[in-house]
Amino acid sequence: MSDAAVHHDHHDAHHPTGIMRWLTTTNHKDIGTMYLVFSLMMFFVGGAMAMVIRLELFQPGLQWVDPQFFNSMTTMHALVMIFGAVMPAWTGFANWMIPMMIGAPDMALPRLNNWSFWILPFAFTLLLMTLFLPGGAPAGGWTMYPPLVLQTGAAFPFLIFAVHFMGASSVAGAINIIATVFNLRAPGMTLMKLPLFVWTWIITAFLLIASIPVLAGAVTMLLTDKFFGTAFFSAAGGGDPVMFQHIFWFFGHPEVYILILPAFGIVSAIIPTFARKPLFGYSSMVYAAASIAFLSFIVWAHHMFTVGMPLAGELFFMYATILIAVPTGVKVFNWVATMWQSSMTFETPMLFSIAFVVLFTIGGFSGLMLGITPVDFQYHDTYFVVAHFHYVLVTGAIFALMAGTYFWLPKWTGHMYDETLGQLHFWLSTISVNVLFFPQHFLGLAGMPRRIPDYAVQFADWNMVSSLGGFVFGVSQLLFLAVIVKCARGGAKARDQVWEGARGLEWTLPSPPPYHSFSTPPAPATIDGGYR
Amino acid sequence: MTTETQQRATRRLVSRLALVVVAMFGFGYLLVPLYDVFCEVTGMNGKTGRLSAEQANSMTADPSRLVTVEFVTSVNSGFPWNFKPMVSRVEVVPGKQMEVMFEVTNRTSDTAIGQAVPSVAPNEAARYFSKTECFCFTEQKLAPGETRQMPVRFIVDPRLPKNIESLTLGYTFFRSTVQVSASPAQNATKPES
Repeated sequence: MSDAAVHHDHHDAHHPTGIMRWLTTTNHKDIGTMYLVFSLMMFFVGGAMAMVIRLELFQPGLQWVDPQFFNSMTTMHALVMIFGAVMPAWTGFANWMIPMMIGAPDMALPRLNNWSFWILPFAFTLLLMTLFLPGGAPAGGWTMYPPLVLQTGAAFPFLIFAVHFMGASSVAGAINIIATVFNLRAPGMTLMKLPLFVWTWIITAFLLIASIPVLAGAVTMLLTDKFFGTAFFSAAGGGDPVMFQHIFWFFGHPEVYILILPAFGIVSAIIPTFARKPLFGYSSMVYAAASIAFLSFIVWAHHMFTVGMPLAGELFFMYATILIAVPTGVKVFNWVATMWQSSMTFETPMLFSIAFVVLFTIGGFSGLMLGITPVDFQYHDTYFVVAHFHYVLVTGAIFALMAGTYFWLPKWTGHMYDETLGQLHFWLSTISVNVLFFPQHFLGLAGMPRRIPDYAVQFADWNMVSSLGGFVFGVSQLLFLAVIVKCARGGAKARDQVWEGARGLEWTLPSPPPYHSFSTPPAPATIDGGYR
Repeated sequence: MTTETQQRATRRLVSRLALVVVAMFGFGYLLVPLYDVFCEVTGMNGKTGRLSAEQANSMTADPSRLVTVEFVTSVNSGFPWNFKPMVSRVEVVPGKQMEVMFEVTNRTSDTAIGQAVPSVAPNEAARYFSKTECFCFTEQKLAPGETRQMPVRFIVDPRLPKNIESLTLGYTFFRSTVQVSASPAQNATKPES
């Protein structure tokens, strides 16, 4: 409650106190904080599930959990991490930072903002309570392919409605962000002066409103197939289970860019700050992000090369997929060029950003390999795929989230975080995450299938290495929690600018910023001083 | 705070964005008929065509070649019916109709409804393969222990590419999603055993 007391010092604080403050708040900073705390909780819930998976895979044979529960863990780990940890974290960053970055007093639709957050705890209560239902939690994979997913027990409708709620929350958040950026920019803040985090979020928001409703439709079809006698995906009634895969991945591929585009934005803010140099190729970064977003809608079938498509289809989706490497390469080269001949220092946010550039690129390369149709037939549904998407999601999205947290934590709390602990967290995470996921490339190339609780003995050694890396990575994240808690409670007072090389409107505000910032628009001169 | 004009602009933008959301939800459903049309036009997924008897009769036969048509049958898991073709392969002249028989038996003591779903391999042959008469056009209701012989009349289009010398017609019998109302409750409340 000390938090609330601090805010009472501000002149127009008429908001309620205690729990009602958080339930009824329409303030973008409060809502941003709730999103971030929620996503951190989900990060640990999903992480605990990952620990169960790695524990079972530590040795061949079945030791700890039964196969059905193992399958529940892989399914729920994915759903919790994607929809509970990464997506709400990005929305949290957007809520905190976008109004401050564009010189707006708040989000354009504050009440909708409150709603979009408070739907989430209900969605995840629905999803997580399935662990205690007869028949157990969903175990058919997060992709929910029929007919397997239709065999889910009592958990099935909970899964569907949880997905509906999560989708509604993201779509509302996306609409809010678009409305904010389009209508509440400070005078002089033209589109091509927007910080890249705002740009990548705008593109992400358009991806969200175009793709999430398609997922909502797909899961509604599953629901009616199961309970209302429709036959969208049932061959007996003239439907086709493969069609679900097409509809799902029409959503699913834009979804992976929803998870990664804001990461590009954060890294594009951090690298110039610690390189003390403007971002190399700002406008090419904007166009690259937009091209990636466009291409993401025409590559979905590379997730299903093995369903038996005609050659022309396989070739089209292969070429379109490989084409994405061009704008992504533009981004990577721009980050490298920003660091080239610069005066770099290596504080924790910069360390995480550099690790992001290197390790995300490794994930990109394995993505290129998977995009090549003939070799995908070998890699499909093996641990190679698991290694690939964890490199782009953990060392990609999650590392960028951590970089952003360290970067703006002093701004949010008004205190500097513990740099020693932060660096320790970085090195432990970076080393262990590679021990965790790099061997999975070898396992996949050797033919170990994913989503199976047991494996042939020749895979034993690398699985043990991977599990050890996993345990260290899991425990290291408690350090992250410790750093955040310590920083929120106190520490050295942070300056307004925080970092020597920091540019942009958010750094012109005090640390922590007042409850309502930019009630009067900032002077246009401060806008032009940004590195973007 | 926000001005009047900003609020008006926001309202306009939000209603447009909401429209996009609704439209994309509809687009998800639109993908279903689009998918069917796409499969029919390209013959992907082994979807076969259907012709009326007159259309089939108006086709000119090409007696210069013979095409082998093979038959495979299967029954979806947990559906206790026997299902087999009376002949496993026939040689046909493209452009001439051919009739073959399939036999299905209900092994259980319950009346049940089944639906056969056809598929042709290789995929590029599917759009040159049409049926004028098939038990798969309708649902089949079988009494306990009943055996039924059912005809399929089909025609191979003479435009079938020359490199395709044989094709396979596969049928899978599924338990119909429509349950028999008179059948015992155990049928409706199963999970499949």
